[in-house]
Amino acid sequence: MSVDLSQFIPSFLEESFEGLELMETSLLNLEAGDNETIHSIFRAAHSIKGGAGTFGFDAVTDFTHLVETLLDEMRDGRREVDPKDIEILLTSVDCMRLLIEAARDDEEYDEEKIKQTTKQLSQTLANTSTTNDVNAEPSTIENEHAVNDEASDEQSIYQIHFVPEHNLAKTGNDPLFLFNALADLGDLTTVANTSELPALTDIDPQELYLSWDLTLKTEASQEDILEVFEWVEDDCLLEITKAENKNDAEPEPEENSIAQQPEKAVQIEQANTTEENTDVAVQSEQTTQNTSATVVDEASTSKPKAKAKVEVSSIRVGVDKVDNLINLVGELVITQSMLSELGSDFQMDKIERLNSGLEQLLQNTKELQESVMRIRMLPISFAFNRFPRLVHDLANKTGKEMELVIKGEQTELDKTVMEQIGDPLVHLVRNAVDHGIETADVRLANGKPEKGTISLDAYHQGGNIVIEINDDGGGINRQKVFAKAVEKGIVEPNATLTDSQVFDLLFEPGFSTADQVTDISGRGVGMDVVKRNIQSLGGRIQVDSTMGKGSCFKVNLPLTLAILDGQLVKVGTETYIIPLISIVESLQVDRELINQVSGDMTLYRLRDENVPILPVYQLFGLTTDFTNIENALLVVVEADGQKVGLMVDHLLAQQQVVIKSLKDNYQQVIGISGATILGDGSVAMILDIPGMIQMALSYAQNKHQKNSTSNQSAIGEHC
Amino acid sequence: MDIQELATDIPVEGEHSIEGIDFITSGEQYLTFMLAQEQYAVDILCVEEIRSWEVPTKIPNAPTYIKGVINMRGIIVPIVDLRLKFNVGQASYHDTTVVIVLTYHDEDSSKTIGFVVDAVSDVLNVEEHDIQSSPAFGGCIQPQYIEGLINVGKNVVTLLNVEHLQKVEKHASQH
Repeated sequence: MSVDLSQFIPSFLEESFEGLELMETSLLNLEAGDNETIHSIFRAAHSIKGGAGTFGFDAVTDFTHLVETLLDEMRDGRREVDPKDIEILLTSVDCMRLLIEAARDDEEYDEEKIKQTTKQLSQTLANTSTTNDVNAEPSTIENEHAVNDEASDEQSIYQIHFVPEHNLAKTGNDPLFLFNALADLGDLTTVANTSELPALTDIDPQELYLSWDLTLKTEASQEDILEVFEWVEDDCLLEITKAENKNDAEPEPEENSIAQQPEKAVQIEQANTTEENTDVAVQSEQTTQNTSATVVDEASTSKPKAKAKVEVSSIRVGVDKVDNLINLVGELVITQSMLSELGSDFQMDKIERLNSGLEQLLQNTKELQESVMRIRMLPISFAFNRFPRLVHDLANKTGKEMELVIKGEQTELDKTVMEQIGDPLVHLVRNAVDHGIETADVRLANGKPEKGTISLDAYHQGGNIVIEINDDGGGINRQKVFAKAVEKGIVEPNATLTDSQVFDLLFEPGFSTADQVTDISGRGVGMDVVKRNIQSLGGRIQVDSTMGKGSCFKVNLPLTLAILDGQLVKVGTETYIIPLISIVESLQVDRELINQVSGDMTLYRLRDENVPILPVYQLFGLTTDFTNIENALLVVVEADGQKVGLMVDHLLAQQQVVIKSLKDNYQQVIGISGATILGDGSVAMILDIPGMIQMALSYAQNKHQKNSTSNQSAIGEHC
Repeated sequence: MDIQELATDIPVEGEHSIEGIDFITSGEQYLTFMLAQEQYAVDILCVEEIRSWEVPTKIPNAPTYIKGVINMRGIIVPIVDLRLKFNVGQASYHDTTVVIVLTYHDEDSSKTIGFVVDAVSDVLNVEEHDIQSSPAFGGCIQPQYIEGLINVGKNVVTLLNVEHLQKVEKHASQH
């Protein structure tokens, strides 16, 4: 009887990526003699290996085995922890990630890189330091491992006596898999013992009554054999004896060693999702002695990676948040029953109670809304935790010395925003390393500490979250940027620009001031993408820099994408919502300031700027009584640095609205970013300002084309 | 029709029984409605609800047969006037004008769209072999929307294909 293992693969993958991330963070913090950290790295690797073995991801298993061996030596103190090894281990973590991703997507992987790293690992292993005590008592697996590693070159014969418990098959294990795995190690002969088989009528088809005597002729070590039985060793009687061996006939039902514990915990988690749900609340950073708790810890501190290919992404929510939600729902139910009781026998003298009940309902729903929103919030450390590695790698690559300071990593942010802000942040940090921080000698010459500092800081400000990327490097050279902009023809040579205007030029497409294009950055692709990504999230980016002191990139993001502050406006019979963030000002048109220019373009003089007027009714094909531009209301909005004045009939209230997608049941509509439901139950459209500007532009272009064709044919009249 | 009654009709052995069971499980019922003077039908399992007509919120620059969107218990549902889409009858709005909200489940998603019709009339029980294919002569409804024809007494009811009705909306206003 076999169990369909494929259903557990997603959880394996998720846990593996979590494990890899833990390995990476721990490796970066690893210092010599820090046994606890080595242990946790080892456990993560071991869990991955065990899981991969079960699901038949052989490439992962084989590779991880090497990594594990190296870690094992470190763990036992047989090998000094030196930076070179850590470098190799970090590369190995990358390889493991590559292999697991390849296994997930069923794709080819970069074999060259894996081979190279495998070679490096084997070389490192070959230079095993000699603190290894060969004569150590073979009482623990670790030591035995060492002994057997040395003896593993010759073929030896093992006698394995394997008596599984009757319920073995029910735990999802199949002896056939075990034997197949053994057969992979060498020549296997199996003899089944059927003596315990009950009468046919007494047989429970789900039970396993057989036991086996196996003879294995192999080059593999005893530990390799034990590993095959790793998952079942609690459910069976296992004796492995090595024929013609000095320390033979040693029974092997092992004590639970630390190494094996995590796998069991993982197994339990996979088998029992409810347990996992309760476990996820554990958010503690500590690495405790209790190994099963550590596994949970690994799970909860790592990042739910949502690559585009994985369709269903999951989210880990603290139990406290869920409990809070349940409490609120409880209160809501009480309020509801109170109100319905009131309603079933209502008299006017109860109006006060009705009002207070409604008040309570309002309170309940508000709290409920907030706490549902909070479920989607994750601490920003999920986005930040990739940076230590990034900075470490970049520091090695550039030969600059620097440290990364992370602050405010507990600041919470909506999951969707988090997923999309990752790449822009990586770009900004890369830039800070490559362009910001100077080399050590330049720094010393400028009287700065040799080591550069990059700091990431996140905090709440109003309804927004602010992420700051600071570096204490050379700062942005204003003149250089300006000169470059002139060279590229973006600005006029004699233009006077403020500092912030100059720094904004950095976000122009194709703009780079790096003298040398490196493979880290400097190609001028990217900053414009960064800006666009941040804007698509409804945020904005500011740059501040002092020559010689450093730069600061400040990213301002809305806390969530689900709720938006909006200004309600009326056009004809329809109500529209303009996102407050894009509104510059609202004003009543003064007819003196309207200018008709270049044919049919209407401009409004706003102080010293000319703002084109877009009548909303025209763009959206509505009928309205207010078509006269004079005395109309103008909402001046800005997108991509372009200001336009939207002509509307009335300004209504400002309120927070919940964004609903139009795509779910309909499709994307140009000029509309979504819809929302107003207090009276009606639907209102939310305007997409960049989209509307685009719309107006193409509208104008069509007009031009019409004009030119009618001019050419010389018969058409203006329409 | 009562299940008990049907049970006695099921032959015990052979292929007939399979047919019989098939008949029960597929139990095809159709909701019929009027567009002008013509009768149409849709699979009743797709019908989410029947609402009275209310003025929807307009979608800018949408084709004329898309009247807008309404709020159906927090879901934004687009409203299509079938009379305009099929070019049948007058698009006028009376007391009997109703909106049939249909939900069609794809493999991985579902779409909910409301359709304006003149009136809802009946529920039909139809066996599969009673559905005739529609001749491809004339008519202003494109053939992919028509699943077949059903004879009901002297009348003929046009059976509509809900999958296509929903699908085409996707690209409707792009051309």
